[in-house]
Amino acid sequence: MADTAIEIGRMKAPPRKEPSAWSRLVSGRGWLSFWYMMPTAVILILFLGYPLILGVWLSFTDAKIGRPGAFIGLENFEWLWGDDVFWLSVFNTLLYTIVASTIKFAVGLYLALLLNKHLPFKAMFRAIVLVPFIVPTVLSAIAFWWLYDAQFSIISWTLEKLGLITANINFLGDPWNARWSTIFANIWRGVPFVAITLLAGLQTVSPALHEAATLDGATSWQRFRHITYPLLTPIIAVVMTFSVLFTFTDFQLIWALTRGGPVNATHLMATLSYQRAIIAGQLGEGSAIATAMIPFLLAAVGIAWYGLQTRKWQQGGSND
Amino acid sequence: MTDIDAGALIKDPQAKADHSEGMGYLESLPRRIVTTYIPLALIVFVLLFPFYWMALTSVKPDEQLIDMNSFNPFWTTDPTFKHFYKLLFESSYPRWLWNTMLIATCATFISLFASVLAAYAIVRLRFKGAEAIGALIFLAYLVPPSILFIPLATVIYNYGLFDSPIALILVYPTFLIPFSTWLLMGYFKTIPYELEECALIDGASRTQILFKIVLPLAVPGMISAFIFSFTLCWNEFIYALTFLSSTANKTVPVAIVNEFVDGDIYRWGSLMAGALFGSLPLVILYSFFVEYYVSAMTGAVKE
Repeated sequence: MADTAIEIGRMKAPPRKEPSAWSRLVSGRGWLSFWYMMPTAVILILFLGYPLILGVWLSFTDAKIGRPGAFIGLENFEWLWGDDVFWLSVFNTLLYTIVASTIKFAVGLYLALLLNKHLPFKAMFRAIVLVPFIVPTVLSAIAFWWLYDAQFSIISWTLEKLGLITANINFLGDPWNARWSTIFANIWRGVPFVAITLLAGLQTVSPALHEAATLDGATSWQRFRHITYPLLTPIIAVVMTFSVLFTFTDFQLIWALTRGGPVNATHLMATLSYQRAIIAGQLGEGSAIATAMIPFLLAAVGIAWYGLQTRKWQQGGSND
Repeated sequence: MTDIDAGALIKDPQAKADHSEGMGYLESLPRRIVTTYIPLALIVFVLLFPFYWMALTSVKPDEQLIDMNSFNPFWTTDPTFKHFYKLLFESSYPRWLWNTMLIATCATFISLFASVLAAYAIVRLRFKGAEAIGALIFLAYLVPPSILFIPLATVIYNYGLFDSPIALILVYPTFLIPFSTWLLMGYFKTIPYELEECALIDGASRTQILFKIVLPLAVPGMISAFIFSFTLCWNEFIYALTFLSSTANKTVPVAIVNEFVDGDIYRWGSLMAGALFGSLPLVILYSFFVEYYVSAMTGAVKE
């Protein structure tokens, strides 16, 4: 009896519910999702997923421009292992990333704390601070190139007039000067991003907490250390991961300022791989350098994952 | 100390009325000048000086550029537009500007279209594995162009797109789509379900709901995603440098670095004019949409 009732229910249902193959294809939830995901999937698979795998594969071949390579195992990596220029680029990349990221974080946080205070023209300040981030990196790098000019640098000129130095500083001609100069330009460009994102985080910290702590006699350092910093940690984790990631893989600033010179002193792994792969045509070797960056990136992504788990911060940051 | 602070808290009527001021009233003016205004002014000066220098150089006559002793280098008495003239009428600069604009606009529109659909599917259709796909898209954003450009160059070459703007229009969405999808997912989540349910009951299809209900409500998110993507395109360098080879096809950043840099000692004026002019469209766009920029950058940190 019960079976019959179900039977009847089933028999009644079809005329109303059975959709045609076409309407299932355009409106069934599973299929609809499939169609909605299509454009994204096609682009990301063709131009991101596939090249990513192809890049790792290329690093195990001796491909050159215009010639598909043959599999040569770890030969590229063995060759890089004994290559001083490669190790110099690894050193430069780590120095560049660690120094620039640390200072970007310190200055960015300081600037965010300043902007979080009650200021006249606060919105205007915030807008101005972001300008270096808006202007394309290469174009501001060109301005730095002119500021760092060996002969006509305004920085050298000013310091000379102030009597601090006697001869022009050779900003981009001397290995260590060039390193610090490029690091400074990178910090200049990265601070606004760190500051504005951290400022958004700071604004979520309730002033009531600070007032309560002040009533209990906390100093301003104690308030920062025990209220602001813990509440800000998840955002700091995410922002700094983006910052580290994009500093580590930086290309355009170096390329516009020094192209890796003088004598490879400012070559980052990204610029070195461009030089070897595209300019010298050694696609396999260039890919091996790019592939060598992946472990570092994975470590950074691991930290990002940890930060995201700590707090559901669900919207992406941005380019640095 | 504690008592005084507490007294100040109670006495000050501002404390309750205006929380944005926080505890600023506890600081005296001289102290504020030293701890806030001077550091802020210094940082803002450093951040803006390169732009001042760029603008000044672009209008300085050549002889003043290289003679820093007989002219005050921080100012110019007789500005010239010679460099801009040279840029706009004696070089391919307008062409490069047009290329950049075209590529950035097309890539942004393609990305927005794809991201709207993807974000809606992930957030509202909630198909099997939607969360995993969302995480994958986030990871895709973390893959930097620096490790993709070599294999992509071979891919582009094999597809026959080398030295064509289409290559960039197709490649730029790889970093725009993950960003925009992630941003739009946040906006879509804030739109109440009930609106969609009403529309479903009234017989609207999912696509109608998306375009007639969800999108109009997500306009701020769309603007944020649009201008931010546009900026990222304009800023992109390594793909444009690798995939484009002929002078006429280049984008502004690549052309400035490769075509303007010659041995000429007088190149600085036009170089700075080029950099300034290439930044202007973005700065103008930015000045109109500051808030959208900030919300694009910070996402839902504010919650």
